[in-house]
Amino acid sequence: MSDVSYRDLAVQGLWKNNPGLVQILGMCPMMAISNTVVNSLGLAMATILTMVVSNGLASAIRHWVRPEVRLPVFVMVVASVVTVIELWMNAYLNTLYHVLGIFLPLIVTNCIVIARVEGFAARNPVLPSLYDGLMMGLGFGLVLVALGVIRELLGFGTLLANAQQLFGPMAANWTIHVLPEQAHFLLAILPPGAFMALAILIAIKQAIEQRRATRLTQPVAMELPNAATAR
Amino acid sequence: MRFSPQTAPLPEASNSVRRVMLTVLLAMLPGTAVAIALLGWGVLINILLAVSAGLVAEAAMLSLRARPMRPAIGDGSVIVLAWILALCLPNLGPWWLPVFGTVFAVVVAKQLYGGLGFNLFNPAMVGYVVLLISFPEPMTRWGPAIDSSGSALNFMQSVAWSFSGVLPSGVGYDGLSTATPLDHVREQITTGASIHHATQSLFSGGSLAQSWNLWLSLAFLAGGAFLLWRGVIRWHIPVAMIAGVLVMSGFLWLLDSAHHASPLFHLITGATVFGAFFVATDPVTASTTPRGRLIFGFGIGVLTVLIRSFGSYPDGVAFAVLLMNLCVPLIDYYSQPKVFGHKKSEPIK
Repeated sequence: MSDVSYRDLAVQGLWKNNPGLVQILGMCPMMAISNTVVNSLGLAMATILTMVVSNGLASAIRHWVRPEVRLPVFVMVVASVVTVIELWMNAYLNTLYHVLGIFLPLIVTNCIVIARVEGFAARNPVLPSLYDGLMMGLGFGLVLVALGVIRELLGFGTLLANAQQLFGPMAANWTIHVLPEQAHFLLAILPPGAFMALAILIAIKQAIEQRRATRLTQPVAMELPNAATAR
Repeated sequence: MRFSPQTAPLPEASNSVRRVMLTVLLAMLPGTAVAIALLGWGVLINILLAVSAGLVAEAAMLSLRARPMRPAIGDGSVIVLAWILALCLPNLGPWWLPVFGTVFAVVVAKQLYGGLGFNLFNPAMVGYVVLLISFPEPMTRWGPAIDSSGSALNFMQSVAWSFSGVLPSGVGYDGLSTATPLDHVREQITTGASIHHATQSLFSGGSLAQSWNLWLSLAFLAGGAFLLWRGVIRWHIPVAMIAGVLVMSGFLWLLDSAHHASPLFHLITGATVFGAFFVATDPVTASTTPRGRLIFGFGIGVLTVLIRSFGSYPDGVAFAVLLMNLCVPLIDYYSQPKVFGHKKSEPIK
């Protein structure tokens, strides 16, 4: 399968086969962490990095891994990558590391990571695998950030609160206050809010797809009445 | 046994949805009137806001779903939903509380599930719980709306308070609002006072305003009796729910009467009576078999007391109803009545 088109990979990862909206994989961190934009961004970047690096590594060693043992080996690869990222975040983004807590090491168990390693990297060259990891990771990350924006906006009335956890001290005053204290919709930052927000995002995607599909079939539909009257 | 002979033009049972809903509205009138008399115009404002928001939301959803507008709006189910929800809301709350709650109830809990008859959860209670969880502070603004000098807010003053939070000069918000009995008792118990002290300090004042729950409960009981008489609801759910409340609170009370309120207290405070006759009996979301109704109602009663006593919210009727709504398919499955002529009922496959 050396004839992979990079454009196709991007469309698959970001839209058609989006991990968050279509495959619905990695729900646990997506529901738990997406209550603020900064948390979402932090976890999204960690996940993207994990996916790119582990896809690349798995693809590089794919000729020496026997099919019988491939899953344990791939899990080991992913786990090593996540451990490195975790230690790095503990050293340089300590507060965010504590906010993300258990969900950082749990990236190992995120189905989308092992799904791409097993489903794509195990049978494709290194470069497309890296690219696929990036696009799938971006697809996951974008949904995560979109959820973060919706939930933080409704639940806390702010955007980019605590940005210094991710971007350093200069970001301390990046917080944008949108809603007054009284109108905070607490349900949005609780688990039900996450499910509802994700459901709305999925519905929006489906609506867009449907609209596009009807637009593509429009000329055919226009023909039908004529055909009916002709008969 | 003798049967009264009846010939062909048999009296037709007119139990259309519209008629049922109108009867329910009629039955809620005494309770609503008492609520307005004791708690002020805020109750009426809540109802007006909720009903108009509910009608607009229903019409919008119907047109989005391309469904016929007239039968769904005309059956009055939205008005009943909004009315029940409005009666649960604090009378001194801001205007967006009933509007937001009703829109959420109609759009998410009713129409997204497929409209009347398809909703899994009682929409009014979903709206209430969403408001309670999301806006805990505005949801505590209960009070007789009568200040210490005894003057109540008139209608226009209530409207001004609801929409802009402006009170007439000389009236303070703290003078208007009081903790509800359930809130009060919870507060007292968490600070270590005994239940005896807590309920004493509540009712010994003897003022009508302090015990408005009693009058409300009696008015709703009258409404419930009317519904029973008209055959709109059957006795199973209300009786079982009240029995559940009494049994569970009686058990806790006998176990430790220093820290648990008496069964009577649980019966007349909060939404026990209102919930038993008007909320739990929702024909769509309640159990439909006779035995199932008994289990359903009893479960609500027991859960209500458990949530009141050990949960983190003062009243538990709404949560109990939603939890038992979840169990309804299971209850219905295992409580199919015996078919005449058969030995034992088989669950529907």
